[in-house]
Amino acid sequence: MFDSLTEKLSKAMKALRGQSKLTESNIDEALREVRMALLEADVHVAVARTFLTRVKEKALGAEVLQGLNPGQAFIDIVHKELVEIMGGQADEKPLSFAAQPPTVVMMVGLQGAGKTTTCGKLAKFLKKNGSSPLLVPADVYRPAAIEQLHVVAKDAGIPSFHHESKNPVEICEAALKEAKLKGWDVVILDTAGRLHLDETLMAELSRIKAACEPSEILFVADAMTGQDAVRSAGSFHEQLGITGVILTKTDGDTRGGAAFSIKQATGRPIKFTGSGEKLDDFERFHPDRMAQRILGMGDVLSLIEHAKDKIDEKDAERLANRMAKNQFTLEDMRQQFQQVSKLGSMTKIMGMLPLPGITKEQKEQMAGLATDKRMKHLTAILDSMTPKERANHNLLDAKRKRRVAGGSGRSVQEVNQLIKQYLEMKKMMTQMNDPKFMTRMQRMAGAMKGGGMGSPF
Amino acid sequence: MALFTGLIDKFRQGLRRTQEVVLRPLGHLLGLKKLDEDQLLELEDLLLQADLGVHAVDRLMLRLRFELKRSNEIDPKAILKDELLKVLHQQPTRPFVAPSTQVVLLVGVNGVGKTTTLGKLAAHLKGRGEDVLVVAGDTFRAAAIDQLELWGERAGVPVIRNQMGGDPAAIAFDGATSAKAKGTHWVLIDTAGRLHTKDHLMKELDKIRRSLQKVIPDAPHRVLLVLDATTGQNGIHQAEAFKQAAGVTDLVLTKLDGSAKGGVVVPILERLKLPIAFVGVGEGVDDLIPFDADAFVDGLLDV
Repeated sequence: MFDSLTEKLSKAMKALRGQSKLTESNIDEALREVRMALLEADVHVAVARTFLTRVKEKALGAEVLQGLNPGQAFIDIVHKELVEIMGGQADEKPLSFAAQPPTVVMMVGLQGAGKTTTCGKLAKFLKKNGSSPLLVPADVYRPAAIEQLHVVAKDAGIPSFHHESKNPVEICEAALKEAKLKGWDVVILDTAGRLHLDETLMAELSRIKAACEPSEILFVADAMTGQDAVRSAGSFHEQLGITGVILTKTDGDTRGGAAFSIKQATGRPIKFTGSGEKLDDFERFHPDRMAQRILGMGDVLSLIEHAKDKIDEKDAERLANRMAKNQFTLEDMRQQFQQVSKLGSMTKIMGMLPLPGITKEQKEQMAGLATDKRMKHLTAILDSMTPKERANHNLLDAKRKRRVAGGSGRSVQEVNQLIKQYLEMKKMMTQMNDPKFMTRMQRMAGAMKGGGMGSPF
Repeated sequence: MALFTGLIDKFRQGLRRTQEVVLRPLGHLLGLKKLDEDQLLELEDLLLQADLGVHAVDRLMLRLRFELKRSNEIDPKAILKDELLKVLHQQPTRPFVAPSTQVVLLVGVNGVGKTTTLGKLAAHLKGRGEDVLVVAGDTFRAAAIDQLELWGERAGVPVIRNQMGGDPAAIAFDGATSAKAKGTHWVLIDTAGRLHTKDHLMKELDKIRRSLQKVIPDAPHRVLLVLDATTGQNGIHQAEAFKQAAGVTDLVLTKLDGSAKGGVVVPILERLKLPIAFVGVGEGVDDLIPFDADAFVDGLLDV
């Protein structure tokens, strides 16, 4: 359903080949495609409209630089604008600290956005950076919310504040006093989730704000939010004056257009993203990555990080060395398969790759060639060989192949196919070790990057 | 019947706030008998604001444009309502009746309101005079078990639990075993929130399912996917993934008392043809009410 923008634009832009300028008539279709991409990513309709007007102004009359086709030139403008609006270069320091400690950070947001978990993540982040935070549970409404923060605090190795009161304002004030007394330099207030329409509870937040004078009021927002993000974030900002945003649950497959909507509705920077179940899954916000994600340009950076996470670097290095020395064996192939399968399903991996000019169908087809089932079969065949056979494929005569086929429950034909595939890989690696071949590849890769424009193309 | 009318009122009340915030101009446009191109585009934008998604809105606009060509005067509201109801009525809601022990599994991504929904559902079934056993299957989120126990106290139903970090499939098994032995009508199983993209966590749902089937072969009888009304188009991916991994039978749409309208259920139902069992309209124990397609669409379109 969500074809990537790259695919659509490459279609829309086919008509433009050879034209040297972007004009009103030739970018209209492209603008429509960008609009679709933004809406499918849940960017608010009005935000998308304003953005497109801005892009159109920039794009009109823009020269198409040497080495780019009009499509690439256009998407480069779109991408740069989006990054610019979403925050450009990140600030050196993500949070502002009070001149006189303790610094108070107040966390606000709708129910279920992930405030309590995020409190723990932020505290851990601050501790790593040399602060000594105190976590304060001020959600007296949701059953067991206070208990939840205490548990999170314990997991994060951060002290949490215990108090008898059922009044959030009192709790926060008392926590502030305690922090001054005991020297905690950052106080993080976990407030109850509430609807921006709930006047009583919003007034309560204003009272906490007045009593504690927070340096930061951070709006915690679910990355999967739809069009409503503009209303909820806008309303919180209007009533409280938020200083920044933390985007949660970015580890799913949401395109995260809410981030753009919220930035536009509040004008406040997105400071962090929460990206997983663990308390360490918390990082500074990267506007460029988010822009690519919203535009559906395939999240190469994420894939790289994902791969870094899952692949044992030593194994990879050893394998690379063996390849360089042209010693690639069936055993190496087996290990390679195991590493790839750690990354998740092939369809998912292919989806993350921005392959210009390749349609979704083709991607699926390519992924199909290496389906998880097939991977399993291949691994089974390899597993049924003896270590000696894996070290030297020449040992595999007809009799041994029959044994391997029997052992893995596959046919002899499939065993033959695998060996053929192995020999092809080996041949390719021999080529890769040829310096001439590598220069050629690098040139190709350079061309794909769009001449080093800083765009992902 | 009086009770039912009361529920519809409550439904409308929950949705009213929604309309006040966004939909004023939509009412104006829908009252027109003819729409020019600008008005059609404006209408399109307003429909998109309801999280209906590009494809569903395209289809609605296509139908409107078709009707506009066909006749001099149209009733845009009736046309849209007709289209939307067609989607929402595809699958009739199934009543919650328990001829034998019924196992209900609640699934969904993090923070949608599974535990709260379960608490309200337990109270509702208990209020009808049926026996309920609640299983604290979210052994991952800090204090989720405590939260559920408090709901159990509120609803006056027993909660079966083991320690944090325990195996949810094991506790589900225990719950089903105990309910079967005692002839309890309902076993409601809470599960940890999980993003639908995490394969290993999705597989865990299948494990829970299999362990339930060891006790009651046709369990779970209902698998409720809890969906947050503020969710955007990602809801489609959520529903597809959970349906595949956990065999979702019904949707529950929560947080409809906010300014979000839950329009994403339209593309979801278009694809998956699931019924919506309940909607959540607040944090009170009575704030879980049966889905009413008519009221829902009126909420999307009415002023």
